Amino acid sequence: MAQHQPQNTDEICGIVSDALTSGGKLEIIGGGTRVDFGAPERMADHLSLRALSGILEYDPAELVVTARAGTPLAELNEVVAARGQAFAFEPWGDATSTIGGVIAAGVAGPRRVSAGSVRDHLLGFEAVSGRGEAFRAGAKVVKNVTGYDLPKLLCGSWGRLAVLTEVTLKVLPCPPERLTLLWHGLEDEAAFALMREALRQPADVAAAAHRPGEYTLIRLDGFGPSIAARKAHLIAALAQHGPPEALHEADAATLWASLQAGGALPRDLPLWRLSLPPRQAFAAIAPLCALGGRYLADWAGGLVWLSLAGHDAEIRKQAAEAGGHAALFRASANLRARIPALHPQSPGIEALSRRVRRAFDPLGVFETNRFLDEPNAD
Amino acid sequence: MSLKMPLPDQRVLARRDEIITTLRRIVPGEGVIDQPHELRPFESDGLTAYRQPPMVVVLPETVEQVATILAYCHKNNVKVVPRGSGTSLSGGALPLADAVLLGMGKFNRVLEVDYEDRLAVVQPGVTNLAITKAVEGEGFYYAPDPSSQIACSIGGNVAENSGGVHCLKYGLTTNNVLGVEFVTMEGEILRIGGKALDAPGLDLLGIIVGSEGLLGVVTEVTVRILPKPETARALLIGFPTVESAGQCVADTIAAGIIPAGMEMMDRPAIHAAEAFVKVGYPLDVEALLIVELDGPGAECDHLIGEVEAIARKNGAVTLRASRDEAERLAFWAGRKAAFPAVGRLSPDYYCMDGTIPRGKLPRVLQRMNELSAHYGLGVANVFHAGDGNLHPLILYDANKPGELERAEDFGADILRLCVEVGGVLTGEHGVGVEKRDLMPDMFSEGDLRQQQRLKCAFDPELLLNPGKVFPSLHRCAELGRMHVHRGQLPFPELPRF
Repeated sequence: MAQHQPQNTDEICGIVSDALTSGGKLEIIGGGTRVDFGAPERMADHLSLRALSGILEYDPAELVVTARAGTPLAELNEVVAARGQAFAFEPWGDATSTIGGVIAAGVAGPRRVSAGSVRDHLLGFEAVSGRGEAFRAGAKVVKNVTGYDLPKLLCGSWGRLAVLTEVTLKVLPCPPERLTLLWHGLEDEAAFALMREALRQPADVAAAAHRPGEYTLIRLDGFGPSIAARKAHLIAALAQHGPPEALHEADAATLWASLQAGGALPRDLPLWRLSLPPRQAFAAIAPLCALGGRYLADWAGGLVWLSLAGHDAEIRKQAAEAGGHAALFRASANLRARIPALHPQSPGIEALSRRVRRAFDPLGVFETNRFLDEPNAD
Repeated sequence: MSLKMPLPDQRVLARRDEIITTLRRIVPGEGVIDQPHELRPFESDGLTAYRQPPMVVVLPETVEQVATILAYCHKNNVKVVPRGSGTSLSGGALPLADAVLLGMGKFNRVLEVDYEDRLAVVQPGVTNLAITKAVEGEGFYYAPDPSSQIACSIGGNVAENSGGVHCLKYGLTTNNVLGVEFVTMEGEILRIGGKALDAPGLDLLGIIVGSEGLLGVVTEVTVRILPKPETARALLIGFPTVESAGQCVADTIAAGIIPAGMEMMDRPAIHAAEAFVKVGYPLDVEALLIVELDGPGAECDHLIGEVEAIARKNGAVTLRASRDEAERLAFWAGRKAAFPAVGRLSPDYYCMDGTIPRGKLPRVLQRMNELSAHYGLGVANVFHAGDGNLHPLILYDANKPGELERAEDFGADILRLCVEVGGVLTGEHGVGVEKRDLMPDMFSEGDLRQQQRLKCAFDPELLLNPGKVFPSLHRCAELGRMHVHRGQLPFPELPRF
């Protein structure tokens, strides 16, 4: 399979047009850190965005940064951090992860529960459609309702609609201080109840996570006097769970980072990513734990990383019955060839989604069979 | 008025009686309105410059009725205009002479409140404020607060992606909606999102919100509710220049503070508001800022001190911090009454809604004053200063020949100016019919075609709310044209659209 490394938008238009005439398929690659998501056999040329790198505009006062899609996430994080700002959705990735890849994969970290996901922070973009045409949508200001909100649609679209070339994201001031409250050794059910109760309080909880058998975390972000007041409020409201330990940022940062992508869950077993209504989360995973599953919970129970071999139908059934869904995040090539990475949706939504994809990519040039839902579009 | 709407389809008009009979069968009782005097209340929305009685109004009560109506209209090539409470400021619910106006007002129930998962499931006709009223007993509220919140419906908020004074900190509607049930033009009932975050696959919820009633009719909405902050305090700060007020806003954000609300008024708006509500606004300043902080008392007190210091450094000439709830509400009273207050200065006013990069404010206001002189029409400005969303209020008299047209031309120039400095045509009111013909000033033909192709995926016959958002109607077959014969695109040297 060929490897394309275009230098600019025009070259991408040319590559897509060539693929259209030759009937070829294109898989868009950012940092290549998430290529193992989805079915392994993709029979597509690689279109790498690594050369489309660099920050184009950054005006901290306007809370907006524009970068080429292949810009490394680490570089962006560093540049905005130098001005006391950050992406509030706490994107995570490996050393080579790019901002375009973060957007295409819909990545968000622990603060998603309070600050929203990448969808809530992508303001505008330029991209090349499956027709080989460059187009723009959204804008470079923080408040805009002009036209359809295509930036939302591109988030989590896994490169199936268009090749992102330039993206504009909202940045926010870094919280001046952070404090993590840690409870040791809570029973699972109590830990889920604690997280929900914390989010119910007028304490502006930034993040809430649980590692079974070890600890339950609640994070407060903000100004010192505010954190002190909210900490006192939470400790009183959650008194039935016993007193927490208060961890300062440096000590807590590694614990929060260890939740990403299932953290220390076994690498040789399938890893599932369950999105669940927090109130139903424990009931949904308890039977899966009885089958040998191990998990981490983030987003106050709204996100569960589950490690469990086999039982894939049961996992999806439990997630769906709880009102949620389950993605197969990491697994052997054999399993990924058989089980669709994304939770199947209702036939009506699947059909509509297909029509939406055809609206951007009429001939299926970006349909690589990665999601096992497209019988080789042509 | 210069606005061109799609020409009425005479074949549909000729079948009006038959269509009404069918609608009466679908929605029995009082749910179908067809008498001219009864249609009149529906002939415009909040953008009253444009009026058009609909062919017929139907007010369904169940999702099945909505689906049956849409399927019937789809099959019979009848256009449909959805309507919530009819408060749109951009003409999003402006009827068409040959269309069914589908009013969702009877969908007025709160179906479920789940405090543990912090969400409410409501029908689309529930008003924005009614959601907060339904949950405030437990200490919760629904954050987006458009100024029409007492009347506007959540379904309309979803269609328009409505904002409000608190969206700098709490986001627009789209950031506070978790799921919807909606009906396609073909009459299919679909659900997307819900109580769990991030539905698998494409973020269809993200494009339904803000689609201005062009993609589907929303029949149920799941919204995020939030615990009400313990306290809120506000600062009222007067500045000798717009520049110094703008710098105070920039410095506040640079200090890491995202206020719950940050509103600016210019001299004409301050004077109009003070004359109307008499809350003690300073009259010898060029710009007035209201900065609201919310959270625990300790946080508010701390941040009030920080913002005071920033304001003084930027040359504030008056500065008051609210000491109690009554005083905080008094600070807001003038701002919240700004529109009717300006309405007292002039028989009519026209409210605009562009967003600009905040740093461009002095330039934009200066140019706006020049335009005001050029058109011979006054303008007062209220401004969501934190996020750069301008609301210039153009003063005119519709009874004077040509003034409405001049006001519209003035407004269009302001919006073009917003785009020229890197901003957008609309920050929260929507495109509707009002800014439709300005879309090419912000988007290229190719950009607009791509957006219209998305419309075709939902409504290939273009029957749902046509004539809104897009300046020209392209048939979907034309937009999708791209034939490949034996792997070769014909005329590969020609541009493809």
